[in-house]
Amino acid sequence: MSAPFVPARRALAGLLLASVALGACGKPTTTQAGMAGDAASRVYVAPGQYDEFYAFLSGGFSGQLAVYGLPSGRLLRVIPVFAQDGEKGYGYSQETKAMLETSYGFVPWDDAHHPSLSMTDGLHDGRWIFINGNNTPRIARIDLTKMETEEIIEIPNAAGNHASPFTTQNTEYVVGATRFSVPTPQRDVPISTYKETFDGLISFVKVDSASGALSLAFQIHMPGFDYDLARPGKGPSHGWAFFTSYNTEQASTLKERNASQNDKDYIAAVNWKRAEECVAQGKAKTMPATYVHTLRGEDGVARADTRSGAPVLEVADCPGVVYYLPTPKSPHGVDVNPSGEFMAAGGKLATVIPVFSFAKFQAAIQAKDFTGDVRGIPVVKYESALSCEVQQPGLGPLHNEFDDAGNAYTSMFVSSEIVKWSVKDCQVLDRIPTYYSIGHLLVPGGDTRKPYGKYVIALNKITKDRYLPTGPELTQSAQLIDITGAKMQLLLDFPTIGEPHYAQAIQASLIKDRQVRTYDLATSRNPDAVKSEKDARVERRGREVHVYGTMIRSHFAPDNIEGIEVGDSVYFHMTNLEQDWDVPHGFAITGQQDAELLVMPGATRTSLWVPQKVGVFPFYCTDFCSALHQEMQGYIRVSPKGSGVKLTYNNPSQS
Amino acid sequence: MMTKSTRLLLAAAALALTLAYVFPLWHIALQAPQYPEGLGLYIAVNQVTGEKPQDLNSINNLNHYIGMKVITPADIPELRFMPWLLAGLIGVGVVAAAAGRRWMLYGFATLFVLGSVAGLYDFWRWGYDYGHNLDPHAIIKIPGMTYQPPLIGSKQLLNFHATSLPATGGWILIVAVTLAVLLSVREFRLARRAPAEA
Repeated sequence: MSAPFVPARRALAGLLLASVALGACGKPTTTQAGMAGDAASRVYVAPGQYDEFYAFLSGGFSGQLAVYGLPSGRLLRVIPVFAQDGEKGYGYSQETKAMLETSYGFVPWDDAHHPSLSMTDGLHDGRWIFINGNNTPRIARIDLTKMETEEIIEIPNAAGNHASPFTTQNTEYVVGATRFSVPTPQRDVPISTYKETFDGLISFVKVDSASGALSLAFQIHMPGFDYDLARPGKGPSHGWAFFTSYNTEQASTLKERNASQNDKDYIAAVNWKRAEECVAQGKAKTMPATYVHTLRGEDGVARADTRSGAPVLEVADCPGVVYYLPTPKSPHGVDVNPSGEFMAAGGKLATVIPVFSFAKFQAAIQAKDFTGDVRGIPVVKYESALSCEVQQPGLGPLHNEFDDAGNAYTSMFVSSEIVKWSVKDCQVLDRIPTYYSIGHLLVPGGDTRKPYGKYVIALNKITKDRYLPTGPELTQSAQLIDITGAKMQLLLDFPTIGEPHYAQAIQASLIKDRQVRTYDLATSRNPDAVKSEKDARVERRGREVHVYGTMIRSHFAPDNIEGIEVGDSVYFHMTNLEQDWDVPHGFAITGQQDAELLVMPGATRTSLWVPQKVGVFPFYCTDFCSALHQEMQGYIRVSPKGSGVKLTYNNPSQS
Repeated sequence: MMTKSTRLLLAAAALALTLAYVFPLWHIALQAPQYPEGLGLYIAVNQVTGEKPQDLNSINNLNHYIGMKVITPADIPELRFMPWLLAGLIGVGVVAAAAGRRWMLYGFATLFVLGSVAGLYDFWRWGYDYGHNLDPHAIIKIPGMTYQPPLIGSKQLLNFHATSLPATGGWILIVAVTLAVLLSVREFRLARRAPAEA
């Protein structure tokens, strides 16, 4: 590394305030510090060749999930999850709208933070990936064979579902927690009663092992701190899950100062196997709740169902279900190493990275080595559970990932770097700058029992001078760093969508050959599907008109429709008759207030169109499907209301 | 009478034909820039199928641009009676091997050769019909261009490179018919050397 690094120890006191304000410090004099000389050849994936890994980067405030190839950094797809996507008609078409239903009604956006791959025996199994919606608390499940959102469940009585979804070792559960403590259940109280009335919930959502279906298993009623991030245990710590918290001061205003006063906040260590016992013994009480669950059915149509009542455990009713581990200075991430024995925390304002030993933590519980309790939750003595502390690692530690050789990598937001250290003795081994202000970081497989290693990817908030500037709003970025040698080496950086919070990567070989190419038309259960062009038709039901249309290279059936009146609700149910890979058809019509439809082979999608004007309007295919794509068009005639023009339509290839 | 070895080989040739019910006779492979994974058709004794589940469907859809008729296996009567003709041929071969009569072997070989020629001609005729009798209102019309796939070998048809070759069942038939002819020649020579035995 050629760039001078400002030693954190000396810099700490003087630079902390300034660097918090500026977002980055210790900026190297060159913009390529740590860069490998032969970087290009190490990330070059020749045309027509495949990447080794799929990487799933959260879209942050875009609400979506981006799929990249590694090591090339090529963007392959953006999977719409929590936000309407006009490009794909997601959240607009009648078949997908219900995915975005919540107990607050239709919410067309969310803040998606943490993708989490399904696991079997602590290893990625390539079935699903889950991601949280932070704003209107939700968890989504995405099918990795289709790369489509299949299901979304709302987390009742939570606020800010940030510590989520983080899959358990065998995908028994995905978890959630309240980041912004609120009256629980919600009610009308003065904000000044925070300490008396505001609480948090830690939620466990069951994942059906066969179908992946999500259901709320139980919630644990917690003191009103802000629960920030989580990791379930694995190996010896399987059956436990760890949640960081900040604002143990229970401030309700100016939290940047008022929630930063305590020397230590807590990791909440939850024994979820114990919670299961208590729930099985009927110890959970039903908390009033109304929440929405949405699922894409086997017919391809998303439906929302409203569920009520949430099983909530009180800690007092289930002794031993939660312990608090004191953790320095507003911890952000808590991460469990591959062996499952160590938990490393990232205290945002801390000058150390504490590493807890699960075995010592268990021994401390046995010995009742507690310093007190918080609302009945025993507080384990810090030193008793501690394995070691990484001293003066840098500024603003946030998250830890692990390689396959016993090392940890910690992101340092403030000093804008990744620090590599040894888990067994907490010795710093290496550091590399990031450009700039890294949040999460990712080692492929770094949250499993067997990390693939090879790379660490920095997910950066600030890019300033890294790319051609694009006005006030700049892209955020990911940086690919080689970790195979003693020194980390920067290989590549690439722009991302929205804000990449956490990301996950999986070996391409685990899923690439299982990708669905087309939907089988013959077995389609979509009630509005038209399986043969001869069945294309238009039906009027009062003021509703239903067009059961087909699309195949390169025409629509029908393609001339008359007898529509201004103000009719015209439902275009469009089936793509193709059974050929990579031949989607689009459907667009003048004045379409729903976005276009983009229909995959064998699928059916519906757009509602309410004509506002008299005239003859064209509709056309939006996805360049064939040599005669431009000819793939039709007309619909709109007559004045009450004009009584007879409903007629054609079937062009039969005329 | 045929020699024992001829009878055994004849029986083997006749029985090998049963494999033609299992393995397709012919394969037509299509490649185009848009289809790096390829499309393909298998022609079996009683069926025309896509190489992959949707290939026939996809080929028919592409063919509509050039005005080719839809390939509908149910409309090809040969696919209904060919299995019976093959069964008859197998029967003749087995009986000939059992009886050991040379004239029966000659009959089997003659029927087999004639049947093979007729079959290939019929395959060519269908190919000619699909390739030449095009919809006059076809979307793509190129003067002088026809779309008959080759009987055997490769040919560029617009953006598609078509390759037509025997498939497993076809190779078995070729080996069997060759064997039948060779056995006939062998027995014919033996018969000339020892006319009394005939």
